[in-house]
Amino acid sequence: LAQRSENVDQLVDHLFRQEFGRMVSHLARILGAPRLAMAEDAVQYAMLQALEVWPYQGAPEYPRAWLAKVAYHRALDVLKSERKLRFYDDEKEVRLRNQLEELQATGTAEHLRFSQEVADDRLALIFVCCHPALPRPASVALTLRVVCGFGVEEIARAFLATETAVTQRLVRAKRMIRDEAIRFEVPDPGQLDERLGAVLEVLYLFFTEGYAATAGDRLIKNDLCAEAIRLAQSLAENPATAVPECHALLALMLFQAARLPARTDALGDLLLLEEQDRTLWDRPMIHLGLAHLAQAGHGDRLSAYHLQAEIAAMHSTTEHFTLTNWKHILALYDLLCEKQPTPVVLINRAIAMAQVKGPAAGLDALKAIPVDDQLGRYIFLHSAEGEFHRQLGNSTEAEASFHRALACARTEPQQRFLLRKLAALRGPEESV
Amino acid sequence: MPNFLLLLHQTPTSFRNLSPEEIQKILGSHIAWREALVKRNKMRAGEKLTDDGGRHLRTKGGMVSVTDGPFSESQEILGGFFMIEAEDYEEAVEIARTCPHLVEGRWIEVRRVQPVHVT
Repeated sequence: LAQRSENVDQLVDHLFRQEFGRMVSHLARILGAPRLAMAEDAVQYAMLQALEVWPYQGAPEYPRAWLAKVAYHRALDVLKSERKLRFYDDEKEVRLRNQLEELQATGTAEHLRFSQEVADDRLALIFVCCHPALPRPASVALTLRVVCGFGVEEIARAFLATETAVTQRLVRAKRMIRDEAIRFEVPDPGQLDERLGAVLEVLYLFFTEGYAATAGDRLIKNDLCAEAIRLAQSLAENPATAVPECHALLALMLFQAARLPARTDALGDLLLLEEQDRTLWDRPMIHLGLAHLAQAGHGDRLSAYHLQAEIAAMHSTTEHFTLTNWKHILALYDLLCEKQPTPVVLINRAIAMAQVKGPAAGLDALKAIPVDDQLGRYIFLHSAEGEFHRQLGNSTEAEASFHRALACARTEPQQRFLLRKLAALRGPEESV
Repeated sequence: MPNFLLLLHQTPTSFRNLSPEEIQKILGSHIAWREALVKRNKMRAGEKLTDDGGRHLRTKGGMVSVTDGPFSESQEILGGFFMIEAEDYEEAVEIARTCPHLVEGRWIEVRRVQPVHVT
């Protein structure tokens, strides 16, 4: 009675979400990647059991061990019933029996596994979810679900997708893992580059979605950022995966996340980099980012993550907007454009160009971007164009650009931001 | 002090789609409610009952007959119970009123345990 080590009246924040990933990882190691869905169901079952029983009996002394035992027993029951349906299959029988024994041993022991083992299981699960054979959106959804413990509805809210769409992605991803016979393991060094590349891309994708000021639940989106950073950190801490790109990506995420608190005003409206109160930036996080950026410098590879992190570092370590070293930033964007000429990168390069050579040069850079249908709907293209026109004194063109941007706006803060710009165009006396 | 039985009525629940975070949130409110009563030394017992109709035993002409209690997914069942200690109905109701069980479609029956005075 003296030691109630885990449960003191209330549960640790996010305990269930984090245990979900931990337990699914461990079960998937025992059951094999093709039975990922079985692992997931067993863990969900255990959590629902807790929801039924704990209200009446209170949380058990060791909530995690309780959940693990129920989940393992559930998986065991499902395995047993599955075995009854099988004909003779020696090899599978043996494997199954081994799995059962291991399961039983773990299921009765108090959660005493080494943290390294837990980390390895999770790493292997990440590699399963982010296998290059899976479409990236499917990997994103699956990683968030089984590694990070998000619910379908939460993923849908973050990505502004329907629950049906998310569910379909998850089902398809799990079917592909089965069909492709993806193994539950950390890939060997020969394959690591390609496999890790896909993992980093998936983490970057859901970090970006979390960071983006587009529509979607802000609280969930912040959690998305935190999870992406947590997973990137675990990759950066593991000798098998701590490649320079990994440190670069982590640094990039930390620089971006450090600026989240300053990105909106009290009303939730977006603030431009030049409008942000830089004292609100999270200094310790920026310093952590710099440390990882330094580690990213080992080796001779220069990835897009390196360049983006470098640019973010420039902004993050500049005391005031007017002191920004735009020449250096433009040079970095030039390099980035060679590696990754995406619309976002090209628009940002045009903005840097305007800072160095004036708004006319910025406009030229924007015009040089090949406009496809999708880009035509790109809000930042139009608002950047409007801003350059405004600086050049072309108020008619500026107004037209801001109106085009307004038509692409997906959130109220974006709309208010552009309406503010339009009001300012008509004269300072009208804009408050 | 008198004992009261709180009978928690509900329709069998399907929580299948709840996320771990949501499950923890719901549990958190239940645990806090129960823990507060434990601290005030008011909580005697509590158990969850299975989601079925149970068994009904009756005698007719000296014979005991056993039947399955009525059960369907949409029918109300007794989900579980708490035994608490309270001065009177007023206090027992006050305690039950704050129970997180009380959401739309669920209700709580408060019954006083018949006191027996043996001296």
